[in-house]
Amino acid sequence: MKLDSLIPAPLRKPAKPGQGNGAKGAAPADLKTAPPERASDAKRLGDQAKDAPADVLAWVDQRTAASGFLTGMLYRKVPKGTNWFYTLGSATLIAFVVQATTGVFLAMFYTPSTTQAYASISHINNDVFLGQFVHGMHKWGSSVMVILVFLHMGRTFFFGAYKYPRELNWVIGVVLLILTMTMAFTGYLLPFDQRSFWASVVGININGTGPVVGPYLSDFLRAGPELGATTLSRFYAIHMLLVPGAIIALIGAHLYLVVKLGTTAPPWLRADKPKVAEPIARLDAGAGSNGSGG
Amino acid sequence: MALSDWRRLADEANKRNGAEGASPAERAKPNPPGYFEGESMTRRRAFTIAAQGLGGLAGAAVVLPAVGFAVAPIFHRGKERWEAVGPVGDFVEDTYRQVVFTETEGIGDAGKTTAYVRKGSKQLGEDPKSIVAVSNRCAHLGCPVRFVEAAGNFICPCHGGVYDFQGKRIGGPPVRPLDHFQARIRNGQVELGPRYSVTSQLEPVRARDPGEFTGGVWEYLYPPRPSTFPPP
Repeated sequence: MKLDSLIPAPLRKPAKPGQGNGAKGAAPADLKTAPPERASDAKRLGDQAKDAPADVLAWVDQRTAASGFLTGMLYRKVPKGTNWFYTLGSATLIAFVVQATTGVFLAMFYTPSTTQAYASISHINNDVFLGQFVHGMHKWGSSVMVILVFLHMGRTFFFGAYKYPRELNWVIGVVLLILTMTMAFTGYLLPFDQRSFWASVVGININGTGPVVGPYLSDFLRAGPELGATTLSRFYAIHMLLVPGAIIALIGAHLYLVVKLGTTAPPWLRADKPKVAEPIARLDAGAGSNGSGG
Repeated sequence: MALSDWRRLADEANKRNGAEGASPAERAKPNPPGYFEGESMTRRRAFTIAAQGLGGLAGAAVVLPAVGFAVAPIFHRGKERWEAVGPVGDFVEDTYRQVVFTETEGIGDAGKTTAYVRKGSKQLGEDPKSIVAVSNRCAHLGCPVRFVEAAGNFICPCHGGVYDFQGKRIGGPPVRPLDHFQARIRNGQVELGPRYSVTSQLEPVRARDPGEFTGGVWEYLYPPRPSTFPPP
């Protein structure tokens, strides 16, 4: 309760139905009762300062009605048995945020040119303050993100969380997996050293082994019959503009469905027996006997 | 006109516009504003179709050029390029000489490629005046192969592909022989030109990417790309 008073009123947990006077949020008594005329000037100013965050939030909330959405999302019910495995999705999201943040700052020093790319990465690693650290976060973070995506996918599969009504979220998740792999593939070429060059040659040629469309797909990726000057800028554009936009949009849809549909209980928990089974059965029987007569 | 005439005209109009037989509620429904006798489409529907059509046109005007811009390189074939790699006398028929030349311009050393070049061999049934230039790009996934003189074979370091003296596959995962480069002799100099692939019988076909089969039905499953040059 002490902690709850730190949360601005619009974002407090809504009262349960049947409790209190039905108004949203706990009554912010501490903000309303102090009679200002009896308080000293210093106290009054202090109270105003204390009210300010709540007032700003209330001002925004009055114009956006965002608090209903936020409290609904933050205080949504989760099933019994929710455990650490359920954090893998959030962990993947954090990994993506880390990749996006470090990527933006790497782009400030990186030059997507076949003649300067390698030198610019060397510059980042050797000369720029904390450059090697940020580059390392991006490089190792990509592996972390791929691993987390697969663990998250495994959790969803083994807990049966892909079943009705969450199939669409599974499909979105698979598309996000493919986009993550696309990010890892296109990002690998960017340092333009021997390893990344030949790995991309092999990767593009694997794309080319698909029947009928494969040869055209590899030509599309290379922007020509051989890996050339435009291949690097093409990979760079896909890596930092095209795919991140799609990933952000799909993460939005993914999270919307998670909040909308809720999460599943782990499979080792039996569903609670409905306590109201008896009255419902009787009501049904009553309705049936009255039947079409009404 | 008599009253019966008016009634007859009203009945005919009802028949024409379908009011006859409609439920009383439907007949009582007022016509939308702008309705006229015999119209085939309401004003609202006409505007809906027009707005969606114009929106679609505007969207296509933006999206189609952008997509075309991105996929255009698939249909673009660069300029044919020949490069001298040494005098004819440098090359013999019983072993290869390694040469490095530029295959893709504008990207510095990354655009260079290696070819193994020799004269045609009479023992192998080739024209002794011809020049054979074998690409070092492995037909499995594109790693650089190396000619091992002692074995007389090409060997790939990545996944263990092995090719014989002529570049035919004799082991490992590659799906076809090594690619060749077109070769000609100008002013006593051997010149190398565009890349082409070969079938398992060494018949020239248009250049394919590594990992793609050649010959027979594979020519249709891995169709030739417009960005490559016709075989010699």
